Amino acid sequence: MDTSKMIRDSISGRCIAVRGNDIDTDRIIPARFMKVVSFAGLGEYAFYDERYTGNGDKKKHPFNDEAFSSASILLVNKNFGCGSSREHAPQALYRAGIKAIVGESFAEIFEGNCSVMGIPVLTVSSDDIENLMSEVENNPEVKMKIDINVKQLFLNEKAYNFNIPDSSRLSLLNGTWDSTAALLNARNKIISKSKELPYLHAFE
Amino acid sequence: MGKNLFNKVWDMHKVGTLDSGLDQLFIGLHLIHEVTSPQAFAMIKERKLKVLFPERTFATVDHIVPTENQRRPFRDPLAEKMMEALEINTKEYGIPLYDLESKNQGIVHIIGPELGLTQPGMTIACGDSHTSTHGAFGSIAFGVGTSQIRDILATQTIAMSRPKVRLINIIGALPKGVYAKDIILKIIRDLGVKGGIGYAYEFGGIGVEHLSMEERMTICNMSIEGGARVGYMNPDDTTFKYMKGRPFSPKEKNYQKALDYWNSIKSDSDADYDDTYTLNVEDLEPMVTWGINPGQSVSIGENMPFLKDLDTDEQKTVSQAYRHMGFEEGSPIKGKKIDVAFIGSCTNGRISDLRIAAEIAKGRKVASEVRALVVPGSKLVAKQAEEEGLDKIFTEAGFQWRNAGCSMCLAMNPDKLKGKEISASSSNRNFIGRQGSPSGRTLLMSPAMVAAAAISGKIIDIRNLKEI
Ligand code: SF4
Repeated sequence: MDTSKMIRDSISGRCIAVRGNDIDTDRIIPARFMKVVSFAGLGEYAFYDERYTGNGDKKKHPFNDEAFSSASILLVNKNFGCGSSREHAPQALYRAGIKAIVGESFAEIFEGNCSVMGIPVLTVSSDDIENLMSEVENNPEVKMKIDINVKQLFLNEKAYNFNIPDSSRLSLLNGTWDSTAALLNARNKIISKSKELPYLHAFE
Repeated sequence: MGKNLFNKVWDMHKVGTLDSGLDQLFIGLHLIHEVTSPQAFAMIKERKLKVLFPERTFATVDHIVPTENQRRPFRDPLAEKMMEALEINTKEYGIPLYDLESKNQGIVHIIGPELGLTQPGMTIACGDSHTSTHGAFGSIAFGVGTSQIRDILATQTIAMSRPKVRLINIIGALPKGVYAKDIILKIIRDLGVKGGIGYAYEFGGIGVEHLSMEERMTICNMSIEGGARVGYMNPDDTTFKYMKGRPFSPKEKNYQKALDYWNSIKSDSDADYDDTYTLNVEDLEPMVTWGINPGQSVSIGENMPFLKDLDTDEQKTVSQAYRHMGFEEGSPIKGKKIDVAFIGSCTNGRISDLRIAAEIAKGRKVASEVRALVVPGSKLVAKQAEEEGLDKIFTEAGFQWRNAGCSMCLAMNPDKLKGKEISASSSNRNFIGRQGSPSGRTLLMSPAMVAAAAISGKIIDIRNLKEI
């Protein structure tokens, strides 16, 4: 695999803020839209029940707002992505054009799913996210630049520090976020591990 | 300082450390179902990879199966397509599939233990967050996303960072009318839905020793609702007794060796933990959720919180919850009317749950305005219940008796809430829209409390059952 193509050391784009703590995976994509055998096409269902009434009428939601339609960086609050392990949630966001997520904190499985998809998930302080969200809401045109290497993001000439797990940062910088190849490198070790584990041989 | 079970099992399954700094962990048992696996198989095919250990992956269907009319092709063409994809993929790669024809079909977290696939000292992964259930046997079990399913299929390993371990010490004896479900709802309320992020939960203490395997599974099942991806208990005689004679349990002649292994992975008595939390369950009361996450619960005698008593951060989530639920702050949960009662799911769809519910249903009638469903967690649970005549008790009381599946735990099959219906549910998630209607409302509680609510048409205290 050519890892140079997968290096994601910087991301820039417009932002979109979805406010609220504990936004769970069922709200990111309702389960009834997950009856699919491929992830393609999930983008249009992102936040579906928050965007449409039962009759299909549009509700007020940033994802329905034309001003944010070209946004690629999602801003969120605390514990975003809690609930299910289904990768449908980050896939729906990704296919709705989201390339990076900045928030106060994230649910663990969601964060892990994003990182193996090469979507940077960055945490900033509560004050900073409030600041970033209001800037973006007041002026949807502003562009954010994220520099994974120095762990800083820039908006309106101002720099903000962010956190990212070291492992995710390294894999984005090296282009190795797609884990299969790295894991398969250890094939021999995997086979010998399987011989060591007593239950794999019915304790013979 | 001794070592805890989590770190022993982790170290034993660690293949190495990757360049990213993550550990490469061998997965001893991989369980798959129709919702999260098709995309993973597609990625395998696209990259022309093989399944490295097809004999360590087992498949079943649960999420999309209709629990009433199971004739193929399913009425829902999308469900049929997912079913077909699983059939094709498992056949192509030589993976055993417990489909609707099999007597062993059921919710993935129920059939693993039933078949003896789930064993102490294993690492277990499944593309489903309630995989933590299997931790009740002393295994490290966790939910994974589709890319990780791909990794497990291709390499039988995943890349993961080692979490910290919190000991949750459960002491005291459970009072009558209070169940394992109440324990875990209380823990989630106390520690919060984010409290377990970055942790594995070891549930220990004298309070756990007295619990049956089924009760232990209920507790581990909902670890993830408290943010902890892994929840487990040390194996003991109760565990070993449960496992005896199951199809995949170790055979008699190797039993001693298995036992030695299982005993060796237990947490040492002087084991080290990153954090400890103690819960005395002696005065615990039946718990009911009133909001839109499993941490928003009260005990049956308590009123829902006033916004002014909460910090500003919590106020936002709580006022959203009140808006969705249509409840008034400070009001009691007791007496709230319900429209639907659901007994089932991987949290509370086992035989002991059905027995408790049947005891309450026996000789009583479901309130006329309530739609009540009993959905066994697996075909084996259904068979056992039918042998004991529980199905008759339920149907005579006016409950619908269904086939095994996830049913109304989530909205991927025909069982759904309609409009703003309120359900009393023995499942694990009360998220907005979870039970199939965007405006539907879910109150989580023990199966006993659900059965009592079905009969009285409103939330009552199961300990005052004589009143109904
Ligand atoms: S019963 Fe509910 S929580 Fe359990 S596996 Fe099925 S859908 Fe998931």
